[in-house]
Amino acid sequence: MQMVELETAGIVKRFGTLVANDGIDLSVARGEVHAVMGENGAGKSTLMSILYGMQAPDEGSILLRGQEVRFRSAVDAIDHGMGMVHQAFKLFNSLTVWENVVYGREPRRGPALDRRAAIAQVGALAERFRLSVDPTARVGDLSVGVRQRVEILKALYRDARILILDEPTAVLTPQERDGLFDVIRTLKADQRTILFVTHKLHEVMAITDSVTVLRQGRVTERMATRDTTPAEIIRAMTGRVVNLTVDRKPATPGAAVLDVQGLTVGTGAKPVVDKLSFRLHAGEIVGIAGVAGNGQTELIEALTGLRRPDGGRVTLSGRDVTEADVEAHRAAGLAYVPEDRAVTGTARAASAADNLLMGYQRKAPFTEGLRLNAKAVAEHARRLIGRFGVKIADETVLVGTLSGGNLQKVVIARELTHQAPLLIAEQPTRGVDVGAIEFIHAELVAERDRGRAILLVSAELSEILALSDRILVMYEGRILADLPAGAADEDRLGLLMAGRTGQAA
Amino acid sequence: MDFISAFMVNSTVQAITPILLAALAGSLCARVGVFNIAMEGQLLIGAFCAVAGSHYTGSAAVGVAAALVGTVVFSLILAYGATVFRGDAVVICIGMNLLASGLTAYLLRQLFGVSGVFSDPNIAELAKIRIASIQSIPWLGWIVSRQTVLTYLSWALTALVAYVLYRTPMGLRLRGVGEDPEAAGTMGIDVRRYRVVTVLAAGALTGLGGAQLSLGTVGIFSEDMSAGRGWIAVVAVMLGRDNPLLAALACVLFGIADALSVKLQAQGLPNQLTDIVPYVVTLAALVISYRRKRGTRLA
Repeated sequence: MQMVELETAGIVKRFGTLVANDGIDLSVARGEVHAVMGENGAGKSTLMSILYGMQAPDEGSILLRGQEVRFRSAVDAIDHGMGMVHQAFKLFNSLTVWENVVYGREPRRGPALDRRAAIAQVGALAERFRLSVDPTARVGDLSVGVRQRVEILKALYRDARILILDEPTAVLTPQERDGLFDVIRTLKADQRTILFVTHKLHEVMAITDSVTVLRQGRVTERMATRDTTPAEIIRAMTGRVVNLTVDRKPATPGAAVLDVQGLTVGTGAKPVVDKLSFRLHAGEIVGIAGVAGNGQTELIEALTGLRRPDGGRVTLSGRDVTEADVEAHRAAGLAYVPEDRAVTGTARAASAADNLLMGYQRKAPFTEGLRLNAKAVAEHARRLIGRFGVKIADETVLVGTLSGGNLQKVVIARELTHQAPLLIAEQPTRGVDVGAIEFIHAELVAERDRGRAILLVSAELSEILALSDRILVMYEGRILADLPAGAADEDRLGLLMAGRTGQAA
Repeated sequence: MDFISAFMVNSTVQAITPILLAALAGSLCARVGVFNIAMEGQLLIGAFCAVAGSHYTGSAAVGVAAALVGTVVFSLILAYGATVFRGDAVVICIGMNLLASGLTAYLLRQLFGVSGVFSDPNIAELAKIRIASIQSIPWLGWIVSRQTVLTYLSWALTALVAYVLYRTPMGLRLRGVGEDPEAAGTMGIDVRRYRVVTVLAAGALTGLGGAQLSLGTVGIFSEDMSAGRGWIAVVAVMLGRDNPLLAALACVLFGIADALSVKLQAQGLPNQLTDIVPYVVTLAALVISYRRKRGTRLA
């Protein structure tokens, strides 16, 4: 029988009328990797912030090695041996690795910071847990995967016995993810306990020992990983059977809708987008894979008219739109689901009806002379809300109050209704729960079958692989490979994303 | 050889002192993420308090102490306004500059019954320290010797600020607070406290600068006598990109420009023309540093 490291009993947390955690019992054994799963809004984040001392529970208790504890702050939790790696890193980019790690708990020599001791300690810690990091490197120069190691080092430097990893693989390449898994195994061998928050099933199956599933603030399932199946976990998360694989017929590409020739963004020897060329045909989904920061964002900005390219030519449905603005792009036949739904995709202070109208406001029947036809606008909004299952009281509610998944549905609803020949979808399911992912994927495939050309940009390799008919891998502003879907798998794409062509060719 | 006289070098060095102290203050505030542009007003308050303290007691040391206390109290507005009351630092600073100008003019009338300029034999000036072994050396004697204690202190403080910022745990925490207050908070740093203390310490630095301004040469207070020095310090902070040593270097550059303008005036050029020299140098320095920054980004 393993010792219980961390336990919660009947944790309740309310925000107004919403009950985020409704009597959660959690039991985590020492030295195990414990997955906490659930859809968005299931209460994972609330539970983790309670465990890390950022919020106090309204009811219930936390037991650490059998002793009841009450964290007054995150710092208090850290002093009790808790550590957390947030999804958005909390690092100082202008400072070095060792400065970030020792920050707030610096070794001293007299009044001064003992630089040499700090570097030695951080180096030793990194070596012990096989986190290869140069302690003197500047954090701003490091890749996302290495920055994550710095975050883990920060927790270990404070001697964290329990490490909470919040969606740790969301930003990693497959190779970086495997590296993280190695680190997790090393930590486990050292009898450290890991809470692994995720909604990626294959990772849960690969690395965890047990799983606790939350739905609507309650624990719906508690099981050993080896005794369960992905289908069982999904049922516990959603309360129904979800089809994970996307059903789709082979594509029947038609005429070229988008023709990109020698597109360049940025100047100098190494532009962000470097003489990039590709074609996108009606009736196909082309996925762009790549580690964030390899020019995808700039490419999409140039293709949508948000940014003027510095060279090359873009033709959309036979029209040269290289120098055109966003409105002209839209008129030429572009629909766009932007990466950041809260800032670019919607106007938070406007109602759902207004947000769903955007882009149609000059068209009949929404406009009458100089006035908007309020009735037509409201009807249009209600129709889309119903069809896309947006959870919202009515169409007059401000979208700023919606959850991430619902907000994304508003954007998807508006853009899919545009009937433009080209749809650019950037991270269409980021932060969206399993049920909504299934729906959005099915809609994208249906649009393809109706003859639309879809350009899909996603950090989620499984999504790229599930939806794309063709995959372009971007690396340092260039297309490193153009693969038919059948020729691509996760390993091969991962190597290409890291810029290695040798093994893949 | 005689183009710039040794005496002028001496006066240039002491004229730099208030700007240097204000620039150190500005660099410190920038490091904790408070954009302090109230140095103009802080210098003025410091200058006034120094003259008042010196006048009532006949002691320059009491004058300096009064400047320290007065400016730190004045800086409470920014320290608490920008943290506890979550005000916008720039707006608060503009208010402080206007307040300092009006308040000192008002107090001048109320306390001393004069307007414009206040000079009185009772105002004790800061002594010029002569270092016997150095003062007979040509040039160097005029730079390193025959300065006020505040000038020497400002050099020591430049080194101290740089040391604290880059070599001590407190400095590391300060830099973190400025770069990402939220991240600093999650590491157990009381961001608000660090900001309040830093802004007040910066207030003390500008207080010393103000004392040098009014007691460092002739012992006189005139309305708005800071005359743009606080703003030049703001520019020095920006040129130095929040690094106190680089900001100090910028201050030296301004001092040289200022001396040049005096010299050109002595050569017979109209003073309206020569007065612009420091500002032209400031603008040129800003443009050059901006171009250089752009250059590195594109490379």
